[in-house]
Amino acid sequence: MTLLRHLAAAIVAGAVIWAASVQLSPFRDFQMAQIAVYVVAIAGLSFLIGLSGQISLGHGAFMAVGAYTTALLMMHLNWPWWAVFLASPAVAAVGGAVVGLAAARLHGPYLAGATLMLAVALPSLAVQFPGVFGGDQGLSVNVFPPAGLGANFPPTRWLAWICALAALVTLVILANLARSRVGRNWRAIRDDPVAAALAGLPVGRLRVLAFIVSAACAGLAGAMLAVTTSLVSPGSFTLSLSIALLAGAVLGGLGTLTGALWGALVIVLVPTYVTDVATSHGFSGGVAANIPIAAYGVVLIVVMLIFPQGIQGGLRRLAKQFLPTPPTHLGSPGRRPPASEAEDPDSPYRRPPVSEHQEEGTS
Amino acid sequence: MNKSHRLRLPVIAAAVTASLVAAGCGSSGSSGSGSGSGATASAPGITSTQILIGSHQPLTGPAAPGYSEIAPASNAYFQYVNAHGGIYGRKIKYTYLDDGYDPSKTTSVVHQLVLQDNVFGIFDGLGTPTHLAVVKYLNASKVPDLFIASGCDCWNNPAAYPYTFGWQLDYVREGKILGSYVKQHFAGKKIGYFYQNDEFGQDGVKGLDMEIPHSQVVSRQTYVPTNVNIGPQVAALKAAGAQVVVNFAIPAWNALFKLTSLKLSFNPTLVASSVGTDPQTLGGLLEAYAKQGGATVNGNQLTQGIITDGYLPTLGDTGNSWIALFKKVHDTYDAKAPFDGNVLYGMAVAYTFVQAMVKAGKNPTRAGVVKAIEGGLPQGVSVAPYGYSMTNHGGVTGAFIGVIKNGATVQQGPVWTTDTTPTGAVMPFSGTQPAAPASGMP
Repeated sequence: MTLLRHLAAAIVAGAVIWAASVQLSPFRDFQMAQIAVYVVAIAGLSFLIGLSGQISLGHGAFMAVGAYTTALLMMHLNWPWWAVFLASPAVAAVGGAVVGLAAARLHGPYLAGATLMLAVALPSLAVQFPGVFGGDQGLSVNVFPPAGLGANFPPTRWLAWICALAALVTLVILANLARSRVGRNWRAIRDDPVAAALAGLPVGRLRVLAFIVSAACAGLAGAMLAVTTSLVSPGSFTLSLSIALLAGAVLGGLGTLTGALWGALVIVLVPTYVTDVATSHGFSGGVAANIPIAAYGVVLIVVMLIFPQGIQGGLRRLAKQFLPTPPTHLGSPGRRPPASEAEDPDSPYRRPPVSEHQEEGTS
Repeated sequence: MNKSHRLRLPVIAAAVTASLVAAGCGSSGSSGSGSGSGATASAPGITSTQILIGSHQPLTGPAAPGYSEIAPASNAYFQYVNAHGGIYGRKIKYTYLDDGYDPSKTTSVVHQLVLQDNVFGIFDGLGTPTHLAVVKYLNASKVPDLFIASGCDCWNNPAAYPYTFGWQLDYVREGKILGSYVKQHFAGKKIGYFYQNDEFGQDGVKGLDMEIPHSQVVSRQTYVPTNVNIGPQVAALKAAGAQVVVNFAIPAWNALFKLTSLKLSFNPTLVASSVGTDPQTLGGLLEAYAKQGGATVNGNQLTQGIITDGYLPTLGDTGNSWIALFKKVHDTYDAKAPFDGNVLYGMAVAYTFVQAMVKAGKNPTRAGVVKAIEGGLPQGVSVAPYGYSMTNHGGVTGAFIGVIKNGATVQQGPVWTTDTTPTGAVMPFSGTQPAAPASGMP
């Protein structure tokens, strides 16, 4: 039932995106594709952190794996876009499994450090083996709209379509995964790994699985990035990309799909919008160039001050404050009134009732 | 389960819609229509009063030091042109956006410039990996892609990139000119190479190898611009007994090379590509790096005697009419920046753009400006002529050999020209560089 509901919602969203893409200018279509890239990457990372309680500063590296897989498959084997959109996450998932095996044994800052190393080291492999990966120049990737759409069809609209499709499919899969038994198990190991282990959950295996799912999302996002950028090169996968993804996940609200969308919107739209404003107000070059970075920082600080749980968490809190509680909740028997954040199964702050009294000790 | 769950995807759908509407609000479709004095809105980005061009530049990030001066310098020259009547009455508006030297950002800002701002063309997009991300897109969209700030020979490909033109001396020619000098002046000496392991260094070495006999080259060492430890490479060059080392390196790695070889008491004659030898930049870097290591050095003393090449007049040549013109423009419109090699570069390439637009006529079109450049541009600010033709989208075809003395490059002997083939000879250029026009405009 859940699957059907999520599918129906995705189809509605897909129809809305299709209608919007036809109306919008080619540049907005391009931004839509970019937003889709970041939605997928951030959703994957947000799930890893918010649901399984592991952190990763190395998701840029998994995106690189997906992007290089895409470039190599398209260049040497002429695979179509949909095939590389399936293959790239698979390859990244293998990478995620390897890293996950190590990650499952690490905690907190050690895990952050290990994944950080990944973000720094992996992209420079491309420079070490220029024969295969094209070195600093990278490899070019080109996806054109099918001829059936006509010669004047804007290529960026096609990019928006395929990226939005990939993003919606990913969101449906993640939404179902979060609601599944696996999702509940992840939340259990996040909240209290010892209690979860005592209850018979394979903590290590679950952590590795979370890493695999998350890396697959990053791999798909990498493939989408390759297709939108039309070039794969190490310069696109710097440490700042990994940090931006993490910032996007935190900004949007950890562990929520809608939060991933907010995060992606901030990452893609804020710099463009601010650049427009900065240049149209005639700031000098040096100042105008740094304004988007400053604005991004300001947004990050403001959101964290006002909404410590990210934009999505803040919106939920506002909605609960100003909207009357839906009667259906009160009507369900045997349930506590959903008065707090604790009711949201996706919130990383939720604690199962049994462990509520020792909340401080488990975080 | 609870309600918030059931709502989640519909919420996303609503959020997507809201965001798209928000995105749509910002799009502008304004383009003025021309009237008066016969100047019309003949192409995207061209109105009766304005020519709008765009660029991607590393204003922040690793490539920003030095290179971020280029676009403001170009803009200073455009302001000078605008103040003196513009091009057929149209003023140039130059929008350069920051890509932080990250190719995925380059794609983003170039799409913004082409699709949203509706620029006439992209001018002086900086960097090889960055520009490679957009060159196919620009050509597929038939957007002029003029005078890329990169000496990669790859831009000169009229069949694949009909709208793309290089500008600066390409690295193969530069390698041949330096190589020919080395062959003549260091016959019988042991020669080592130290170069950046990408298109820049490899193209340079390709040119060097066309001139210098292979038997004379005792060691070939490379570096990647992310690793500052070049001790092993310098030690290998020393062990091979290299008496002359030819560098195809960016300024920071030339400085590292010099300091590392000092540390290893290795003192070969240094020959280096002009990309990395702006004396002011290099001297400053040497002093800064030495200071980090707790030593004090004199930058001018360390750069003394480096053999290099140049395709623009040298900054020290104050009697040169071009240097005088650009100094004047610099002092009026860009006084905050130092008057160094980057500023000279930015102004020189901007001058070339104005040359092309003047030649494209009163009502230029995108295809028209391509045709105008393919018809050849008269030699101007560069010491050797341009090579532009239907079959050549390269740029400057030659350079002089210079030696750094007291913090300034001093020209030695004639200007040399050549081509990019192994058989093409390196010939002295018989013509002379024309003086800058009195008006300062083509």
